[in-house]
Amino acid sequence: MDVFGSFALVLAFVCAVYAFGGGIAAIITRHPLLIKSTRQAGITTCCLIFLATFSLEYLFFSDNFSAAYVVSHSNRDLSTFYKIAALWSGQEGSLLFWSFLLSIYVFSVLLTYRNKNGELMPYVGVVMAGVQIFFLTLNNFIENPFKALAAPGADGLMNYVARADGNGLTPLLQYPEMVIHPPNLYSGYTGFTIPFAFALGALLARYPGEKWIHLTRKWTMIAWMFQSMGILLGAHWAYAVLGWGGYWGWDPVENASLLPWLTGTAFLHSVMMQEKRGMMKVWNVWLVFCTFLLCILGTFLTRSGVVSSVHAFANSKIGNWFVGFMAITVLVCLGAYLKNRDYLASENQLDSIVSRESSFLFNNLILLVACVAVLSGTLFPVFSELLTGNRISVGAPFFNKVNIPLGLLLLFLTGVGPLLAWRKTSTESLKRNFGWPLAMGLVAGVIALVFGFRQFYSWICLILCVFVASTVLLEFYRGAKVIRARSGASFVASAVELTMRNTRRYGGYIVHMGMVFVFIGLAGAAFNRDIQKDMRQGDTMQIGPYNLVLQGFDTKPEKNYTAQRLLVEVLEDSKPTMMLYPEKRRFSTTEENGTMVAIRSTLKEDLYVVYAGTSPDSGLPVLHAYLNPLVKWIWFGGVVVVFGTLVALLPNRRAVLVLSGAQQPAVQPFLHELTPSATMREGHD
Amino acid sequence: MKKQAKFGVGVFVIVASMGFLAWLGYGESKTYYHTIAELETLRGSAMSQRMRIGGTVAVGSIRHLAGRVDFVLEGEGKTLSVSYVGTDPLPDTFIDKSQALVEGHPGPEGRFVAEVVQAKCASKYEAAPGGKGGAAPSPTEPSRM
Repeated sequence: MDVFGSFALVLAFVCAVYAFGGGIAAIITRHPLLIKSTRQAGITTCCLIFLATFSLEYLFFSDNFSAAYVVSHSNRDLSTFYKIAALWSGQEGSLLFWSFLLSIYVFSVLLTYRNKNGELMPYVGVVMAGVQIFFLTLNNFIENPFKALAAPGADGLMNYVARADGNGLTPLLQYPEMVIHPPNLYSGYTGFTIPFAFALGALLARYPGEKWIHLTRKWTMIAWMFQSMGILLGAHWAYAVLGWGGYWGWDPVENASLLPWLTGTAFLHSVMMQEKRGMMKVWNVWLVFCTFLLCILGTFLTRSGVVSSVHAFANSKIGNWFVGFMAITVLVCLGAYLKNRDYLASENQLDSIVSRESSFLFNNLILLVACVAVLSGTLFPVFSELLTGNRISVGAPFFNKVNIPLGLLLLFLTGVGPLLAWRKTSTESLKRNFGWPLAMGLVAGVIALVFGFRQFYSWICLILCVFVASTVLLEFYRGAKVIRARSGASFVASAVELTMRNTRRYGGYIVHMGMVFVFIGLAGAAFNRDIQKDMRQGDTMQIGPYNLVLQGFDTKPEKNYTAQRLLVEVLEDSKPTMMLYPEKRRFSTTEENGTMVAIRSTLKEDLYVVYAGTSPDSGLPVLHAYLNPLVKWIWFGGVVVVFGTLVALLPNRRAVLVLSGAQQPAVQPFLHELTPSATMREGHD
Repeated sequence: MKKQAKFGVGVFVIVASMGFLAWLGYGESKTYYHTIAELETLRGSAMSQRMRIGGTVAVGSIRHLAGRVDFVLEGEGKTLSVSYVGTDPLPDTFIDKSQALVEGHPGPEGRFVAEVVQAKCASKYEAAPGGKGGAAPSPTEPSRM
């Protein structure tokens, strides 16, 4: 099967080269057969990559320990669940996984548009094939996952060998989120290839109008959704596995995943400027280019170890390949832009500072400043070494000082932006849309102050969260009220109907609501507490309203590891509430340790308990407990964001009712919000 | 004032404020990377900088003492005695022969006083795709969020 997979990868490379070269020839000659054959070569490339990936997974499931990659990342006792994850647990496999996920997108695009957009698709196909060639080059020639184990025989020749068992999967990856987090994040990284291919293709082809924006909207949203889920799942993994009580430490790999999310978010908003007003065309094209480049950079940072904390740590041979690919991509993008920049001339100017356009511009500015801050902080060691000879890193204070105010500004715009009118917003409109939400926010702020809330940023965040949530709920309320008045349906049914009539707009509001929840959770971090104590059996430790009683210890042998557990009884306000079992795991194959945190999670707070080892002074087990308020809101917010994105991806339902409602003077002010056709307020705008 | 100028002022205020905050954050958190060999050559104010030093944990050198953990880092043929005085538990990956990164200040008698220790197993640890599962070694430093 290793030979089969290897052969499939070589053939995929050949097909991709044909799809690329033949595609360029097809663009020049416009020969229909050539166009068709290159499209089919693109589809074949994807199928071959699927085969190669499945064959590597088969090697894991069949415990084939003659394959070096399987030996390094699996063992017989590894559960089936983690044998799936073992595919992307190492360099070679994860690069193949990149190709695999990209192929799913490319395959879908080539099939979806096989008989459409004939002028544009050959260009798109060539760009996608170009990206595939790069990754297939790595898969075939640099980091081949199908290398067989070999050892020199008595005759001095190399012979194939097989091991009885593998080294096993690193313990930190033996956690359920590690099976779903990387696929999500990589689906985000790879997914941004599609809007990139369309943007570059449209620029090269001088494809008329904003059609490429419409074509790529859903692909961008899908990629963005996966990227969001990937980031949050990664944060949750760090929270639940590393045992440090936090979920975000601003390390280079975390930052790498955030960068394309920031530019991708900016792009999702700024495209509306192009759709509605024909503005920001150059900006949008470069935003997509930058998002794609940041995805490649993110993969590069993750895989190459170029800023992975210390130069003593792994340096990879793939670094130069990534730098070369990024350089070529920048040159191609720059060349295409310089050649066809007249195609991107703006059709309109900014009319007013208090307008939807202006809010989008500030939204983009903030996201871009955040991106530049995170990028410069992440690459600081590299650039400081290049410029001064000293390798200097910056830590969390740098990132927090810049990004917390930026995040709050963005939260403010989340509430304000969607309710501003295009071109110019009147004072009456401002009062009508923002009067109540602003009052609600301020009231919440005053109440918080009265109750002793003294953390400045958290206090501002609370006010803004109430303000934004109020604007969103008010929008739903006003729209649903109109539908309810006409149809007599319940309020909830009317709100659903409203959402389904303009999924893009109201889906967007749901996403904004999800972000409000995420911010509520982030604000809670200012109030985190922790305590650590050496514990005898029967000892008690108090944190907040909880008393933790160590009832005992036990050892629990499992198939792949042995767990040493502390049996901790939780009493809340002196009432027995539940048992928690923080544990240390000893993995038999690798002889490495792992930590399993025990968490009691409520919307109010997380009680987070870690078995922190044995005290050198007393020889007793050390219990480290954290009380982290509101953390659950982050994960809940993430679910809402995903739900909102899915809603926004749905097609609009026809709004027959609303058209008849146009006769009602009372509902007149809100009609524009309900009509799904292209009005100036349409869309999650 | 023209609307473009108003927008320009807004942009300037945001960018300038963030630049100032970034500068403050840089001052608070900048950390110099040095090798063990370089540490011996540092003089004067360079010795008071916050720094990161990488190396391999010497076999049998980890000693758990009251209030601190002592160990020896090896690299480029040199050794460095380290005392970890942080409050967070050492990562599970911190064992003999693991690659470790210590962050702190040089202390008295050539001993390095570390507040943060990151470690990864020399033989096994592979960076995970995309997530912090991998390239980031397990740190003792708590998240700031």
